[in-house]
Amino acid sequence: MKDNIVLQMKNIHKSFPGVRALQGVDFTLRKGEVHALMGENGAGKSTLIKVLTGVYSKDEGDIFLDGKEGPVAIHSPQDAQKIGISTVYQEITLCPNLSVAENMFIGRTSGIGQNWRKMNSDTEKILKSLDIPATATQQLETCSLAVQQMIAIARAVDMDCKVLILDEPTSSLDEQEVEKLFKLMRDLRSKGVGIVFVTHFLDQVYEICDRITVMRDGQLVGEFEIEKLPRVQLVSKMLGKELDDMSDIKGEQKAYERKAGSVPVLEAQGRVSDAGIKPFDFHIDKGEVNGFTGLLGSGRSECVRALFAADRVTGGTIKMNGKPVKISKPLDAMKNGIAYLPEDRKGDGIVGDLSVRENIILAQQVLKGFFKPFSKAKQYEIADEYIKLLSIKTASADTPIKSLSGGNQQKVILARWLFTHPEYLILDEPTRGIDVGTKVDIQKLVLKLASEGMSVTFISSELDEMLRTCSRLVVMRDRKVVGELSGDDLNQSKVMSTIAGGDK
Amino acid sequence: MQKNEVKKPNESMLSRMVRHQMFIPVLALVILAVFNLIADPAFFKITVGQNSSGNMVLQGFLISILNDGSELAILAIGMTLVTAASGGQDISVGAAVAIAGSVLLRILGGGNSRPEELAAPIIVAFLVSCLVAMLFGAFNGVLVAYFKIQPMIATLILYTAGRSIAAWINNNELPVITDPSLGYYGGFIPGVPIPTPFFIAAICVAIIFLVLKFTNLGLYTQSVGINENSAKLNGLNPQVIKVITYVIMGLCVAVVGLIKVSRISTINYSTIAKDIEMDAILAVALGGNALSGGKFNMAASIFGAYVIQFLTSTLYKFKVSSDALPAYKAVVVIVLVVISAPTVKEWFGNVTKKFKVKEVA
Repeated sequence: MKDNIVLQMKNIHKSFPGVRALQGVDFTLRKGEVHALMGENGAGKSTLIKVLTGVYSKDEGDIFLDGKEGPVAIHSPQDAQKIGISTVYQEITLCPNLSVAENMFIGRTSGIGQNWRKMNSDTEKILKSLDIPATATQQLETCSLAVQQMIAIARAVDMDCKVLILDEPTSSLDEQEVEKLFKLMRDLRSKGVGIVFVTHFLDQVYEICDRITVMRDGQLVGEFEIEKLPRVQLVSKMLGKELDDMSDIKGEQKAYERKAGSVPVLEAQGRVSDAGIKPFDFHIDKGEVNGFTGLLGSGRSECVRALFAADRVTGGTIKMNGKPVKISKPLDAMKNGIAYLPEDRKGDGIVGDLSVRENIILAQQVLKGFFKPFSKAKQYEIADEYIKLLSIKTASADTPIKSLSGGNQQKVILARWLFTHPEYLILDEPTRGIDVGTKVDIQKLVLKLASEGMSVTFISSELDEMLRTCSRLVVMRDRKVVGELSGDDLNQSKVMSTIAGGDK
Repeated sequence: MQKNEVKKPNESMLSRMVRHQMFIPVLALVILAVFNLIADPAFFKITVGQNSSGNMVLQGFLISILNDGSELAILAIGMTLVTAASGGQDISVGAAVAIAGSVLLRILGGGNSRPEELAAPIIVAFLVSCLVAMLFGAFNGVLVAYFKIQPMIATLILYTAGRSIAAWINNNELPVITDPSLGYYGGFIPGVPIPTPFFIAAICVAIIFLVLKFTNLGLYTQSVGINENSAKLNGLNPQVIKVITYVIMGLCVAVVGLIKVSRISTINYSTIAKDIEMDAILAVALGGNALSGGKFNMAASIFGAYVIQFLTSTLYKFKVSSDALPAYKAVVVIVLVVISAPTVKEWFGNVTKKFKVKEVA
């Protein structure tokens, strides 16, 4: 093995029932580099990482590690940790009901007995050195999602690793937090740590990475040096075809113009829920695409949840097409033609053990009523229709949704709500943690639905995506609406300054 | 018809069979049957004989399994639904059977402990006992769904108090009903050689399958059990659905109460349906259903109930005293829990895969 190579994976194979997730994939990581692992949903990135960290056992292939003779055997995450491979996963895998310090040290102490005081003081030191706003004795679930993510990274970093794997670490962080993380990554790189960085944010890849390995459909596309691979090339390699969809989508939305005398599809006044937002007013017209924007925790999700009555509604009125309606629970909202794709796909969206088919029909079935189930044949017909329409990658309509990749799960949830034929569709972070191709698909779909007369509210933490898709943006700060932008004001700098608080 | 299931070509028949939910209960039944066949083939003998009321009826171990297992099968229906929706079990079932039976006797006797004739038609008494059992079910359900108490803890209340309540309903007396028509439900209908509980169970099973087919009970309970948040955002009311499953459990309890009381024409508050909840829970588990809730297979639970009864009868056949029974059943529980553990399943999957590879080579 060459001196500067810290990790080499050769000819890795892995199959699941009905899916060949990895087919002869090679991967090489050098000392002191940040190496991006990129690919569409279902490309096999997560599987490759889980093989590397011992979560899955590989069917075939060898893994070599610097300083070890011959191939190493990794049977469990503990094995991986012992030989210096640490991971921070996309979804936080810490224990929410333990303290921060306990989470930092869990599974790392040897023998019995625990010096609690030392553990706490060590944790405080680490938190301070990384500038993480938490205390050692604080219960983890009382920290924000972003802070929890940073603690997970701090834990991995603290374990003297040679290989650090970051699986979508930035998807729930805001820009300043991402900057902090990048600073940390650069420090580690200069110390010779090899970092595998899995992300869907192209900007971040080009900001921090040295090399890119691209995968597609469980196979290796190639390894590239960052300077030699322009963005367009990267996207086309990931998608497996030459296309310029990213620019296609620009300029499709028109400036928002309120037609005189038109009645909004939905109009809310003083709407407020118990989730801690200030009462807000909101309206959306037929065929309009608008969005809520703001920093993480600004209350944008809470607003749309209040419209759908996903949280307990405590005040305000709603009119649908000019008629006052009472929406105090999700079913009321659904009956009034509102659909809501929630932000937390795993916790609020999918029903994991049920099949793709049952997940698709669920909402419409509830609307239809307890005593009127769809026949099996009809269910398959519907499921097949939407699997085809949204090109959902699944072995069959009977596959449990939990075994699909994140992007495909999201498409199933989208199918569920499209099947209710809503008048007003709320999409809360529909593109989080999914690949470029699906993102573009979803953006295009939103614009297509709007052109057919559906009203859509679109929330994304990527401002580019919002600007490309929405014709009006409601800006939020500190849990209240602070502005509304449309037409010429709809540009990055104006949105930023509104979020930041204007001239202050 | 469309092709619903994509058959994976590289999957052997064996591993597909092993993964089927019915595999474990069927395997258990086969093992028990073979064991009995070797130990004493007379176990399978069915004879025609005269019972105490003078009817010609079928007799034998298999018939008594069919007879007693039917009570368990009815309770397994309710237990499966409760488990699926609330991710826990109702341990008050035996005590609730005592209450339902006591109510039935109270109405039939009209407050008189040695009535000359029935004070009310049996159907009326049964409907009242259904109502009472469903109310107690709703009580359990409300504790679980609205007060978010763990099902085992919530139902512990009725488990503890139930038999006392049952005794209190009849002022601590044991009414004896002499009317022979009450005996039909737990015994035999004149001229029919097969025990009536089997027919009652068959009706209950038919009803639940019709309900599962023509309503969304299955989809709703499973959705709530798997992901309550998601179920809520799809317009379901998880609380109401959980309460409904406990009310259905109550209905099953009332039916078993009728059978139990009919068998002896009276009641023993401290022994009626004692420990039956454990067998019902075991039936659900033997059917391969996760006791943590979510997806369920009703047929497997019901089949599991009869297999449990098969086991009990086998143990009785070998003169195991009723005090020692739980120890033997505990062995079954251990085996069940171990073979349904994910790690063991994975290991078994690997073994069958290797087997298959060898076959090809």
